[in-house]
Parts: sequence; C-alpha cells; structure tokens
Amino acid sequence: MSTPGIGTWLKLEKPKLQQLIDALRDSGYRVVGPQVQDEAIVLSDLGSVEQLPIGMIDEQDGGYYRLRADEEAGWFDFVVGPQSLKPFVLPPRETLLSLQNTGTGWQVRTCHKTPSREQHIRASEAEGQVLLQASKTPEVDEPPVAVLGVRGCDLNALAIMDRVFLGGPYVDPRYQRRRESLFLVGVHCRRAAPTCFCHSLHSGPALPAGFDLGLSELDECFLVEVGSQAGARIAEQLDGEPPGHREIARARAATRALEQRMKARKSATRSIDQGRWLDTHNIRQRLLGNLEDPRWDEVAERCLACANCTMVCPTCFCTTVEEVADLSGENVQRQRRWESCFTWEHSYTAAGPVHPDTKSRYRQWLTHKLASWIDQFDTSGCVGCGRCITWCPVGIDLTEEAAAIGKESTHV
Amino acid sequence: MTAQRPTLAVFKLASCDGCQLTILDCERELLAIAERIEIAYFLEARTRTLEGPYDIGLVEGSITTEHDAERIRQIRSRCKTLITIGACATAGGIQSLRNWADVDEFVRQVYASPQYIQTLATSTPVSDHVPVDFELRGCPIDKKQLLMLIVDLLAGKQPRIPRYSVCIECKLRHTVCVAVARGVACLGPVTQAGCDAICPAYARECFGCHGPKESANPLSLAEHYRERHHDPRPLVHLLSNFNAAAPEFRQTAARLQSAPSGPAQGAN
Amino acid sequence: MSDQLRPRAVGTESTADPWLPTFVEVIRIEPEIRKVRTFELAAPADFSFRPGQFNMLYLPGYGEAAISISSSPDTPASIAHTIRLAGNVTRAIFSLEPGSPIGLRGPFGSHWPVDTYRGWNVVIAAGGIGLAPLRPAIEHVMANRELYGRVAVVYGARSPKDLLYRASFAKWEHAGIEVLVTVDFGDDHWSGPIGVVPTLLEQLPWIGAHTTVWSCGPEIMMRFTAQRAVAQGASPDHVYLSLERNMNCALGFCGHCQFGPTFVCKEGPVYPLPRIQPFLFVEDF
Repeated sequence: MSTPGIGTWLKLEKPKLQQLIDALRDSGYRVVGPQVQDEAIVLSDLGSVEQLPIGMIDEQDGGYYRLRADEEAGWFDFVVGPQSLKPFVLPPRETLLSLQNTGTGWQVRTCHKTPSREQHIRASEAEGQVLLQASKTPEVDEPPVAVLGVRGCDLNALAIMDRVFLGGPYVDPRYQRRRESLFLVGVHCRRAAPTCFCHSLHSGPALPAGFDLGLSELDECFLVEVGSQAGARIAEQLDGEPPGHREIARARAATRALEQRMKARKSATRSIDQGRWLDTHNIRQRLLGNLEDPRWDEVAERCLACANCTMVCPTCFCTTVEEVADLSGENVQRQRRWESCFTWEHSYTAAGPVHPDTKSRYRQWLTHKLASWIDQFDTSGCVGCGRCITWCPVGIDLTEEAAAIGKESTHV
Repeated sequence: MTAQRPTLAVFKLASCDGCQLTILDCERELLAIAERIEIAYFLEARTRTLEGPYDIGLVEGSITTEHDAERIRQIRSRCKTLITIGACATAGGIQSLRNWADVDEFVRQVYASPQYIQTLATSTPVSDHVPVDFELRGCPIDKKQLLMLIVDLLAGKQPRIPRYSVCIECKLRHTVCVAVARGVACLGPVTQAGCDAICPAYARECFGCHGPKESANPLSLAEHYRERHHDPRPLVHLLSNFNAAAPEFRQTAARLQSAPSGPAQGAN
Repeated sequence: MSDQLRPRAVGTESTADPWLPTFVEVIRIEPEIRKVRTFELAAPADFSFRPGQFNMLYLPGYGEAAISISSSPDTPASIAHTIRLAGNVTRAIFSLEPGSPIGLRGPFGSHWPVDTYRGWNVVIAAGGIGLAPLRPAIEHVMANRELYGRVAVVYGARSPKDLLYRASFAKWEHAGIEVLVTVDFGDDHWSGPIGVVPTLLEQLPWIGAHTTVWSCGPEIMMRFTAQRAVAQGASPDHVYLSLERNMNCALGFCGHCQFGPTFVCKEGPVYPLPRIQPFLFVEDF
C-alpha cells in the first residue's frame, strides 16, 4: 500500500486501533491514551486497546465528576478528563539547569530531560536523597510522546500555548523540543458534557487543523483522516481501506449535529440539559471595563483560591523557578514547576503581594483568561473545555461569572 | 570547621514524639547533617547533652501545663533561632479539643486517680507564649520540608515554605481530585501544602494536618459540601482535628455545628 | 496539516537557552544608604543596554532577582546595579566581595525614551530607590545636555539619610540640571522642603506641552506625579512610568509580572502613561 496523502481517509475496524498503538510504539513513541484510573479518565501509558474506557461516559458538572457505563456509548463518548495536553509540553516539574561548584567557579549544565511520572513519584518518596544529591536527580531521556484521543478543545489549547512559548521574542527550548516531537491522534467529539462550551469559542466539537491523525467514530468502525506527513507514515502501517463518501458524510454529520445541539444552548444558566455557553460578545471590554464590579467581591466569598482551575486549565502557563540546593550548597538545581495566579507567592514583590486577596486573584485570573489574553496573544485564553468548572471543589462556573460581570443584578 | 558547627537542640512539650521521629527518619541524611550541625541536645536520639545556649532550637508539642509554660520561656532564652515543629507546637494539636470542653470532666473520665493530674484548661501553640522565628507545620512534619529548612538555615537564608493549597501538590503529581471524583469530604483546598499531597495519592481525603493555607476559605468549602451531602459532620470532624485550634478551622467547625443541616438536595 | 504548518519558533534563530546565566565578576562595591549598595560588575562580552532596562542577577543556591541597571549606557565595560537588601537573594549578593562571581541574564525590558525626546524639556521624577533605574537616563542626558531643553530631577525620599546618590546632585546641577529634593521627615541638618514629589513639580513652571516626564518610585507617588504634570500642561502621551512586578523569568513565560494587558518584563517596565492609565488606579490590580 502506498503512503496515504494528507487529507486522505482510511476506514479501520474498531479492534484494529491496536495496530495504531503498535505502529506508534514501533516508531519510537511513548503512547499515551485515555483510561480509567482513580475514578476518572486520565491520560496514561497505553499498550492495548483493552485499556481504553470503552462504553464509559463521564457525568460532569460544577465540582462534580462521575464515570458510568452506558450501553449507547462507543469507544470515545466520554469527553475531557482532568488532564489536558499541558503536562506533555510543560511538565508539572522539570529541571532547567544543574549547577556544580567546582571550586574555581560554577559549572552549569542545561537540562533537557525530566523525570518521568513514575520516577518523580519514586523521587518524592526519597526526597531527602534528591535534596542531598541534587545533581543526581534521576533523569531519563524523554521519548517522543504520541497522545491518542485528543479533542478539539485541547488541540486549540496547544495552539494557544505555542504562542506563549514559541511566538514571542524568546523561545522556550524545552517546550519547543517536546512540542515538535508530539504526535497527536485527535478524536471528533460526538457527545458533550454539560460543562463543555467549546462551541462558544469555535474550538470544537470538531477537530481543528493540527492533528497528525484524526479519528471519527462510527458505530461499526473508525474513519482515520491523515493530517500530516508524520501521520501518513503511521497510517500506511494500518490495515484499513478507503471509506465510501457516505461513511465520511455520516462521520461529519455526527459532530455537526452535536455542534447544532450545543449552539442551541442559549443561556449561561446551570442546567444539565442546556449545558454551558460563554457569551464572548464584547467580552474584553465587559471584563476590563468593570474591574470594580461588586460581583468580584461576591465570587471571592465562594472561591477557595485553591488554584485547581488553573492547574487543570489547558492554557494556564504560569510557572515558578525554584532553587534547590543540597546541604553543602555546592550542588544546585533550578527547577520549574506549575504556578497559579491564585497563590500569594505569584505576585509577591518586596512591597508585598500585588494581589493580596482572593478577590484580586480571581479578577486577575478571569480578566487574563478571557480579556487581556486577547491583547497579549491575539486570542482568548479559553477553549471551553469546562475543566475549571468540573474540578473547582465548590463548582464555580466561569461562564456564569463572566456573564455576571457588568450586569446590574449581581446575585444569583 | 567542626568547632564552628552551629548547635542544634530538640525539645519536646505535650506531643506524641512523631515529629522528633521524623528527624530520626532522615536516615540517609543524618550523617551529612551531623557533619555540619552539632546535635547538642536531642534526648530521643542521644543521651549525651551539651549545655546551651544553642544556635537552633526545634520545639515539638503544645503548652498544656504551667510547667510547659515556664519551660518554653527558658528554652526561648537559650536558643538564638527558635523553630516550632508540628501541629501541636504551631496550633495546639489535637489536644486543643479541650479548649471548648470541660477539662476536669476529661480528667475524671480518663485517669483513675485524677487528683494527681495538674493541667491547664487549654492547649496552646508555642507562639502564644514566646516569640517564634519560624513554624514548620504538619502532623507529623514533612521530612523534605525539614531538610529544606536545615539547608536554608545553613545557607543563612530566611526559610520559605509554600503557603498555597494541597490541591496544587495533587495536581503536580497527577492525583485525581478525591473531592470531585469521589465526593468525599477533603480539606485539601483549604490546607497548606508541604506534604506532597500524600493522602489523596492513596485515595484518602486530606485531613488538614498542615493547617489553614494563606487566604483559606473553609466556610465556602463547608457550605458547598453541606449543599451536596446534607450532613456536614465529616467535614466538621476533619476541621476538629490536628489543627482544631487554628482560627480559620475553628470558626467554620463552630458555625457548621451550630447551623441547621442544609437543604435536601442530592449530588445532582 | 502539512508539516510546513508544524509549530515553529518565530523568535530568535539561535538555539541558545534563554535560562542560561553568564557568570561575571564583581569589580567594586559601593555603600550608598542604609541597606543599599551599588555593585559594579564586569560586563559580559558584547553587552549593551538602554537606560531603564534590567538584568536578572543570580547566585546559585539563592536564586535570581530582577535588578535595574543604574550605570551609564556609555560605559559598556562595566554595569552597575544599585541594590536594596530585601530578601534571600539580595542578602546573598550583599555577602559578595570584589572578585566574586555572579550570574547574569539580560538586559530585559523597555527603556526610557531618551532619543525620542531630543529637544524637549525633561522632568525626571523619582521616589526612594526608584532613582536607581533613572540614573542611566540622567547620565545620558548629562552627557548629551545640549540635545535637551530644560531638565529637572525631582526626587523624594523618606528622610535625608535615605537620599540615594546624594553626592552626585551637585554634579548634575553643574551640568545644567535642576535638582529638586524633598523628604517626608527632616532632621536637624535638613533645610530643604518636606513633603511629597508631586508638589515639587509646582516649582517647575516650564512644564507644558513640550515636556516629557520619566518617573519611577512607589506607584502612588507615580500616579500623583503623573496627574500633577498633566495638570501643569504636560500631555499624558509624553509621561512614562516604570512599574515593578514579580519577575521570575523575564522572558514572558512565567506569567508573574502581568499588568492588565501586558507583561512588565516584555512591554515594561517603562510604559507610556496612556497604555496603563485605565488600570493604574485600580486597587490591587
């Protein structure tokens, strides 16, 4: 079989998705995909299609997430879990530099390797050792990662992250390395959770460009669309056949029908049937023009400033670089970890924190995400994945808060 | 070099010894530490003791007797830098539950010969009695934080520990949120980090042993929990635990106990 | 998507790691006022900067601090940083001696528009340690005095003991710069004005449409200075303020230094007033 071109389609019997996993693994990728762990669908190392959460769906609402089996559900009818693609391009922790005092000066080693998740946990259990032997923190060569089951919202989120780390005057070489080697197998959504509002931001439910291979699920098979040369090289190893026009039309219709249902959501009220909707009309001015709105005080009474929303957000990119030294002070690492604008530390200056309380921090988060992001990166910082709503321990709803700012009546 | 090693003393008040055990638990690092610090007074570790004053004093335990109250003043006067370690020393510990109860009644229930027991009506943190230079929270303290504290002190740095929530540590290690995905009462969102979120990593709730985080909002957490689960008691129990006397936890626990149960709504 | 559309870095062509510091030598240490010293560093090869920019100074084991450059851009062999002892990093820097190595990344950020305003009147308004990032601009104006109209340095500090670069005031005056100084609290030897910087502007009747104002200091001082200058006829378009925020990376990656629609490390620290005006008076923003 000749190499399929970009934009061509392949019809694959469902169990043959295993061939895709095998082909990726044989090409040197670490294959990661959705599976049930700890009562949620997470992205973890995937060896077999049997690990996929086939027939499962997720019920999501503000501060609420449960899995259940559903007879109607196919292989990918759950939506997004707590993790986005962010950890694969910007790991929660990584070592940037490693320094050693040689007696005549500091020897600096620039690090492009990070501990794997497993190694990180082992390292945590023996933290003392890591601390005392900073230069011997376990590092592994990171193989390129292939992620199976990426949704439109997360693909759009990655494009937003690219603007932060690749599009400015400086380029982050660690992000760049991971990003350029990332292989993305997307999935067009057929189902939306009540927390999903990608349609409001034109980031789903269909996949945008940017995938290597795009999967459409039909009841009897998958259709695979080739999105890149790298995707084509993998697709040629699959034992599929060209689909008919009707099958392609059916696949597109399923996602389009979902989009129509989502667009029927007219209000930002909290209702499972209607789901969410974010009114983006004039949103920059509505938020930045109402910085003293009483709603900021009101939401601060509910907000825990726990930072969960920013941790699960696929575009929240804030980090802090910390200095880790051993007892002698002669072995030092500069380690980067995820940070959040909800912490006291985030805005700390010699004169105290710029954002001293929850009100100023929530305001910073929401105005940045939905308004000043547009100034900075010429795009909204939100893709409508709904994670900040689901994983907020008290179910604060970004769509509801955004709608309330600038409204006269500020109480629900 | 040996002559210039700073001296370290470890003291114990009303406590379970768990924090001192954490020091001993630094097995691999202890020798390296002992090369740089003279362990001058640490009864749980060695019988030899050196006279003070000491450069660094670590204090475990809360003040529950007149004797403790006098002793902590002496300890303070002998230590250049005084650091309290653990929930007892920093917040009064679980024994502070007596602060809102009749301590004499407790004594009669527990002891066969209550006439020999002399105790204060309250259990209070060391900082209520003497100035404290730094507090290391937790029940027990976290080994990594202790080692970082020692590294900072040796480097002449002002020690810094995170003031943010346990949730951040859960997310850094990819632990799925037990509150959202399992519906359990969890104090992670209002508790200060430092433990590497160990309990949720084993599918357990955070029981708040590092005490309230900066800008903690336990009342909102409690109201949300009551709305979803009717019965606020699991959360009251967590709040009335190792940091029961921490003001933010105490106020919320008291309010939950006095308020009627929430509206009868299920979890969706 | 074709592979031509794969994400590609658009910034620098170089593959250099922007996190890597260059280690340079401390040449000289000058005590200034209480808890403030000036550290003169040997400049890395090919180092050049504009007045108002900052460097990230680094000591292994202690971390980095964003410190503005306070020497003249016309003396490229060395770079001076006037540093106030504030935290762990600055305390460690204060323990250095001449000959000690120190890590440096930079320069970063925007700069005072010294070239844009040739032929203009210039008011340089500083509060406290805020004079440090303005000194390169003062030095530049002094070295090119004939290119500017009336020039004044308006400076306020808590007390006479807290006046930075006091020994240079006479030199500045000698070069044809008006130097107006005020303090919050005087002492037995103080005969100058007591009060805040904005009121000193009233002594400069020449402030007007052809005046530019460059200010650095506490935000409240800058706000009122800007208001005062505008009331006296300066256009907000020609008022520039230097803001301080938490700088962790200086590269636009870490998110800490945001001020509304901008990153202070990228678009700041020196801003034209209209760019930040809507947000300058919002508390805790």
